Amino acid sequence: MSMWRIIWSVFCKEVVENLRDRRTMFSAFLFVPLMGPLLFAGMTAFMVDRVVGEADERLRLPVIGMEHAHNLLQFTKENGADVIAFAGDIQQARLAVRDGRENFVLVLPSSLGDKLIAGKAVPIDIIWDSSNNKTQRHASRARALLNAYASQVGALRLATRGIDSRVMEVFDVRSIDIATPSGRALVLLGTLTYFLLFSLLMGGLYLAIDVTAGERERGSLESLLCLPVGRASLVLGKLGATVLFMLMALSITLTALVISMQFLPLEKLGMSSNFGPLVGLKIAGIMLPMSIFGAALLFVVGSFTRTYREAQTWLGAMLAIPTLPILFASVANVRASTLLMTVPSLSQHLIATSLLRGDVVDPIHVLVSITSTLLAGCILIWVATRLYQREKLLG
Amino acid sequence: MIAVEQLEKSFGTVQALQGVSFAAKDGRITGLLGANGAGKSTALRIISTVIRADRGRVIIDGLDSATHSLVARRQLGVLPHASGLYPNLTARENIHYFGTMHGLDRETIEQRTEIWTTQLEMQEIIDRRTKGFSHGQKLKVALARTLIHLPRNVILDEPTSGLDIAATRALRDLIRSLRDQGRCVLFSSHVMQEVAALCDDIVIIARGRVIASGTPEQILAITGAADLEEAFVRATGAPSEQSQVL
Repeated sequence: MSMWRIIWSVFCKEVVENLRDRRTMFSAFLFVPLMGPLLFAGMTAFMVDRVVGEADERLRLPVIGMEHAHNLLQFTKENGADVIAFAGDIQQARLAVRDGRENFVLVLPSSLGDKLIAGKAVPIDIIWDSSNNKTQRHASRARALLNAYASQVGALRLATRGIDSRVMEVFDVRSIDIATPSGRALVLLGTLTYFLLFSLLMGGLYLAIDVTAGERERGSLESLLCLPVGRASLVLGKLGATVLFMLMALSITLTALVISMQFLPLEKLGMSSNFGPLVGLKIAGIMLPMSIFGAALLFVVGSFTRTYREAQTWLGAMLAIPTLPILFASVANVRASTLLMTVPSLSQHLIATSLLRGDVVDPIHVLVSITSTLLAGCILIWVATRLYQREKLLG
Repeated sequence: MIAVEQLEKSFGTVQALQGVSFAAKDGRITGLLGANGAGKSTALRIISTVIRADRGRVIIDGLDSATHSLVARRQLGVLPHASGLYPNLTARENIHYFGTMHGLDRETIEQRTEIWTTQLEMQEIIDRRTKGFSHGQKLKVALARTLIHLPRNVILDEPTSGLDIAATRALRDLIRSLRDQGRCVLFSSHVMQEVAALCDDIVIIARGRVIASGTPEQILAITGAADLEEAFVRATGAPSEQSQVL
């Protein structure tokens, strides 16, 4: 029988068997590919909510001693705060902030009016909780309002003494943000390539375990090795099935992301995304050699393990390895170069990021990425076939 | 016909086989008898071409199994000690997979599956997934899978271990029918009674050496024992005396 027919038979059997396995199906095609877009959509929606909400939302300003500062409170009202009299004393205010009923409470002293007239500093307390992230920005807004009012009054005090208030201003710092809308979206989209790679590998993880350690643990390996077929054919058939599962997982993830991206209000964050079907297809193309590399890597590691559990531990750890270069890239903020394109997973990350950013991708980079990843994959496949010739395989 | 000549095999410092020779002839049931760890499985694995001998050779139907392993495997039907099935495939699919790997066409596989289904009484389980099968049911499927290409030589590594009485009897009948078809049946066991009940020829193996071989009558004559069990004890006791002499 021809080698190709054997490879095809092994391939079909592994595909059919694993399509029937609920655990494989659930993790490869449902949990991982769909969790990503959901998580991502949630993250974006949360960010949009915060950014948009912050600008529009009126500040709730609970005050103790409202009656002491009519002008100050009028000023805050005009600048987007709702002033509310806090019912209770300072002790109760502390409790209210600690319990999270109030984000902060402003305490105005009874001497406020007199001190203002006398031109002295007025002690004002803001009771807040720095261990609560949510209250921090509310308290900062209140502080900013007080400062704004204070500098107005300060300017008036200087003016009455015949001094130009601008002598107090040493620096006029202006920050210029040059991030383009797509560039800003990239911070968010950058996590996408990591996720795509992860879901690709996860898609083949359980199958890779099943065809290596699983076959050993069930005791079906020895029967298989007694068949009149070359061991390389067995390895190739099993690898083919793993690659197919990885590509299916990747397609599902990409499709889910492309669809969910249409519904995300990225433009509200001042971002734009060009993650449409075409970019999705291009990314799938770039990731194709990665599936061969990943499948062979998982297979090689799986060949050393004896039980399903052992394989789960080792192969689970393997999932982190292709993501290490990406981590390095984002920390070191590296730019695409032909040399970096020789590193599997890093090259896919860089090209996919460029595609998401809407940059022009150098065809040489694509060529180097594809050939080097395929070459590394072929070396691993060769190692896998060598490993299957070992007598230790049977244990 | 399987001829084993001077097999030697070590795993690290452990010498599993130290010059094992015997022959299993066509139309006869040859029992490989020995205690656990005596080297039975290692010998069978070398004959099955799954592992290689350090020295010595195995001739299967006239061909050296080391140099013609793929051809030799076609002449062999091997039921290893661990012969697990694929739990997510049905019994029929498990058998079909092996048939395909032997290069058989769909029709032939289906015909033979029907025959084995009837002979092994698997009608009720043949289209069920093998997950949750009893030990006996699994063994039936594994047997059908092993015999799907009608091998001239059948190797069974401790096939009856863990089987209930009815299943053991059915298996013995099957082994006899394979012999009556002119096939060479080589099976290993550490159970004396089983070998006595079934075998035409017996090879007793201990500490990686063949201690005695021949028909049950010859073995009794060689060892001078009254029954096979006594013969087995005497035979396996011999090498320690030998090694003391050496």
